[in-house]
Amino acid sequence: MIVNRDLCDLCGSCIAVCPVDAISMDEFYLLIDNERCTKCGNCVVVCPARAILTEELAE
Amino acid sequence: MTMTDYDVIVVGAGPAGSVTARFAAENGASVLMLERDREPGIPVRCAEGISGGGLEDFIKIDKRWIASEIDTARLYTPNGSSLEMKSEVRGYVLERRLFDAALCDIACRAGVVMSTKANVTGIERNSDRTITVKYKKMGVIHRVSCKIVIGADGIESRVGRWFGLKTNLKLEDISTSVQYTINNIDVEDNVISFFFGSNYAPGGYVWIFPKSKRSANVGLGIAGCFAHEKPAQEYLDEFIAERFPNASISYTVYAGIPITTTLKQITADNLLLVGDAAHQVNPITGGGIKQAMIAGRIAGVTAAEAISKGDYSERAFKAYPQRWEKVLGSKHRFMYSIKEKVLNASDSRLDKIAEMCNNIPPEKFTLTELFKQVIKGDPKLIAEMARAFVVSKVAF
Repeated sequence: MIVNRDLCDLCGSCIAVCPVDAISMDEFYLLIDNERCTKCGNCVVVCPARAILTEELAE
Repeated sequence: MTMTDYDVIVVGAGPAGSVTARFAAENGASVLMLERDREPGIPVRCAEGISGGGLEDFIKIDKRWIASEIDTARLYTPNGSSLEMKSEVRGYVLERRLFDAALCDIACRAGVVMSTKANVTGIERNSDRTITVKYKKMGVIHRVSCKIVIGADGIESRVGRWFGLKTNLKLEDISTSVQYTINNIDVEDNVISFFFGSNYAPGGYVWIFPKSKRSANVGLGIAGCFAHEKPAQEYLDEFIAERFPNASISYTVYAGIPITTTLKQITADNLLLVGDAAHQVNPITGGGIKQAMIAGRIAGVTAAEAISKGDYSERAFKAYPQRWEKVLGSKHRFMYSIKEKVLNASDSRLDKIAEMCNNIPPEKFTLTELFKQVIKGDPKLIAEMARAFVVSKVAF
């Protein structure tokens, strides 16, 4: 999963819905641990700013 | 007695954290409160509405942090009909940045030590049953020890996860939301409005909360399970283009709001969770400010008592979930059980309710009157909606 930092508002919704705690936030940016990620897609759907993309969609 | 840097470390300085910190300090605990951002209260991820009932238990009313005083709630259904309700208790639209700062000031005066730009990154359990909290401030990692951690870190609720609790939300239990503060508009500054219907906000609602006669917070949340096709922002942009075509936007913010019952476990050894982090939010309205403060008071007192008794196990904190359940936890479970019916009601159902309620003369249309009239039409659903939405003493 890839975060578009131009869109991300650091609201934390993605972190809230991640079932495997693969996402964390520095003060300034979001970090997705792609090895922990199970690609469930919750973060993509829930992001109010549509800032998270799967790698396929990003291309 | 074990020596630690502080008795209690509070993660997050929003209403949940600062009220917990204050009551812990006032009851004898030494408290450090760590806030990730440069100041509490911002970004304002909040519609800023609160009912006045019981607010003075926590803070003296100060007009500096009041944008508008509300006495009326208007509920719109898809075909444009509306129900107007005079609230029995005054409501407010707040200036959250100033309000949160005022709550922190009270905490600091009670002896709470506060630090900002302090991002908590993890915890360690020490062999003597105390906790080391790690935080990053200006690029430097700090370690500080305590007996009790308060997880008041909002919807992310990572502190709870570090203690082994499962705090993640299901899609149907989160409202994916966006809000603009808009200017160059005309609004009644004593009225808050709500719009229901699948055209406006599926599984949620649109709100207009005036900040003045010429500006308002306008936002909406849609349940995460309905968010895959059309994003919340598209719904909001359509709504504003139609109703406020000349609006200018002075604030843009995104958020996720828990719309579920309180977490089954809000305590663990050395841990209490408070506020959004504990999912202590009204599952229908999404309101959480007052809820956070009420929970914070109970948690702070409970934590201080545990400190004085020298027992920081989950068992020592049991008064907190018990008292929370009594004051609001069970009400939230009731609201959750009818959330489906209220937020996912069909458009025709919503229109029918408005039609039936409009038989009541406007000057008589208060909550009390509504309940008296409930014998007609669909008694269960009207009563449920009214109880959920009316600006009641505690629930909003």
